[in-house]
Amino acid sequence: MGDYKVPVKYLLSHITKLEIIDAPKITTKTIEIGSKYSPDFVCTPFKYTLGTMIESIEKGSNVLIQAGGGCRYGYYSELQKQILKDLGYDIVLINLVTAGITDPIKIYKELKKVTKINIVKSLYYLLITKKMVKYMDNIDDYIRKNIGFEVKKNSFIKLKNKMLKSFSKIKGYFDLKKQYKKYLNEFKQLKINKPNNPIKIAIVGELYTIMEPFANYFLEYELASKNIEITRFTNVDYLLFRKSKEVKKMLKKNRDIKYKMGADASDNICRTRMLCEEGYDGIIHIKSSFCTPEIGAMPIISKICAQYKIPIIFFSFDAATSEVGIKTRLEAFYDMLEMRRSK
Amino acid sequence: MDKIKIGIPRGLFYYYDGYFLKNFFEYLNFEVVVSPETNRIIIDEGMKYANDEMCLSLKVFLGHIAYLQDKCDYLLIMRIDNYGKYNQTCTNFLSLYDLVTNLFTIPTLDINIEYTNKENMYIGLKKICQKFNISNSKIKNAYDSALIKNKKHNKNLITINKNKLNKKGLKLLLVAHAYNINDEYIGKPIIKYLENNNINVIFSNNFETKEILNLSYKYCPNLYWYYNKENIGSIVKIEDKIDGIIFLSSFPCGPDSLVNELVIRKIRKPYINLVIDDLNSLTGIETRLESFIDILEQRV
Repeated sequence: MGDYKVPVKYLLSHITKLEIIDAPKITTKTIEIGSKYSPDFVCTPFKYTLGTMIESIEKGSNVLIQAGGGCRYGYYSELQKQILKDLGYDIVLINLVTAGITDPIKIYKELKKVTKINIVKSLYYLLITKKMVKYMDNIDDYIRKNIGFEVKKNSFIKLKNKMLKSFSKIKGYFDLKKQYKKYLNEFKQLKINKPNNPIKIAIVGELYTIMEPFANYFLEYELASKNIEITRFTNVDYLLFRKSKEVKKMLKKNRDIKYKMGADASDNICRTRMLCEEGYDGIIHIKSSFCTPEIGAMPIISKICAQYKIPIIFFSFDAATSEVGIKTRLEAFYDMLEMRRSK
Repeated sequence: MDKIKIGIPRGLFYYYDGYFLKNFFEYLNFEVVVSPETNRIIIDEGMKYANDEMCLSLKVFLGHIAYLQDKCDYLLIMRIDNYGKYNQTCTNFLSLYDLVTNLFTIPTLDINIEYTNKENMYIGLKKICQKFNISNSKIKNAYDSALIKNKKHNKNLITINKNKLNKKGLKLLLVAHAYNINDEYIGKPIIKYLENNNINVIFSNNFETKEILNLSYKYCPNLYWYYNKENIGSIVKIEDKIDGIIFLSSFPCGPDSLVNELVIRKIRKPYINLVIDDLNSLTGIETRLESFIDILEQRV
């Protein structure tokens, strides 16, 4: 899960006595392994995570943690457990979310089987981790908007890596706050060369693909080289702590849909309307292939965009998607946006 | 005055609650229009409205709505969210109502089933009837009468299903969602083919729901999809009385892709996994079924 491994690792290393092994980076090999052992028409994140699991087991881990969501993501872990068992691996797989519900007692019990846990201490570190995720997302927001316009190449990424390193070593709540302020300041001092009133594009879509390292910053770089600014919404802080409230609020205001549509579909629909009203130049919708909730949302999203005459492009990522193919389609998309602007 | 026409599309929820809803509204003097059995024209019509990655069952459903849109005054759509905390449905059922209202212009009536939010069938029907100024006592009567008819209907199907277990010859369990088994285009041709070959086909959807729901925990302890629980529970219930299992799903069904794979890894019976999509010809499937039956006959 990209950079979020820092807070997760921080939390686990403080509340358990387990040795934490970094999950290897997702490469083409990971995807290949994952696809080999996955069912045919499962959605792509399943293949990615299964590949990562197998690679981490080979690195020596024997306790794995899988998250979950309101769609079939919540059922990943049970099948993955079986697949790994059939492959001959003897591991413990802890699932954090079942049926869209997190049950802390169940997780505590499962964790207790493999390690000792102090509840009071865990709560304290949970709070710190929550704050850390929030700070990280705030800084990420700033990076997203500006990374494409950086003067010195890689200056943002370098500083971010430095920040993650010091985040992983913080001593307590106040230390975290201090570090956050320090780095936010440093980020703001990095030189950028941003044109006035750039073309603005927003990205909506399914959560895994949006937060995945492959997608991270790739689109931003690509588009910023043509002077386009990007806005993204979904991040971990939003998913874990703000989503349920905000969706209710959005649904009340929105007239396109009456009910919740599962996973992120309803957020994306409400957001698309908001974006259209705010006058964005274009919208990019990304999802992994076979993502059922998003498939249900897509016809509604394109209908809204057609009403406002705002261009939208749909990307569907699967195990075989290459950057080049996406680049070509993106190029055509922003050429069109530029032509619309100059009219 | 002409009767008000209510259209019920023959797809997805129809195969669970359609019979009940039809009786309910007919008791209240509505005219109920049910779309005909699925045919090629309906599927092609559905594909015009559908997104290319939608599952076949949903495409069929949209086709039925396209058929009904100029033949009734109101369209009845059920949105089924859950039957309790751990009895959820596939997200297609969640988005059904909003999808239809956005794709079509015909006026709709909706029933929301969301037990965690205290919304059930009776409350949904009441909301609809209030629009037409129907008194509460009348609703209650219609509801009860439809419920009794529905129970009888289901009981009948369950007995037929049970009796097949005692017959001679090969016995196969067809594991699929009700809307795939009973669909003229998806499940029926396969059933016909099997029955022509003197095989007793037992349907996973015709069991007593209460009884089999909890049985599914044997194979899938954390399963939370209501309809898949039914399917898996039926396997557990009669596994030692049958000769083989046929898994049938529509491409690319979300829950089935995970659950069927998991169960296939755990069962000890011969099985065949059929996936139907909109381009399928029956010949390919028949060849596979034929060899599957050959294997089973040799085992016996």
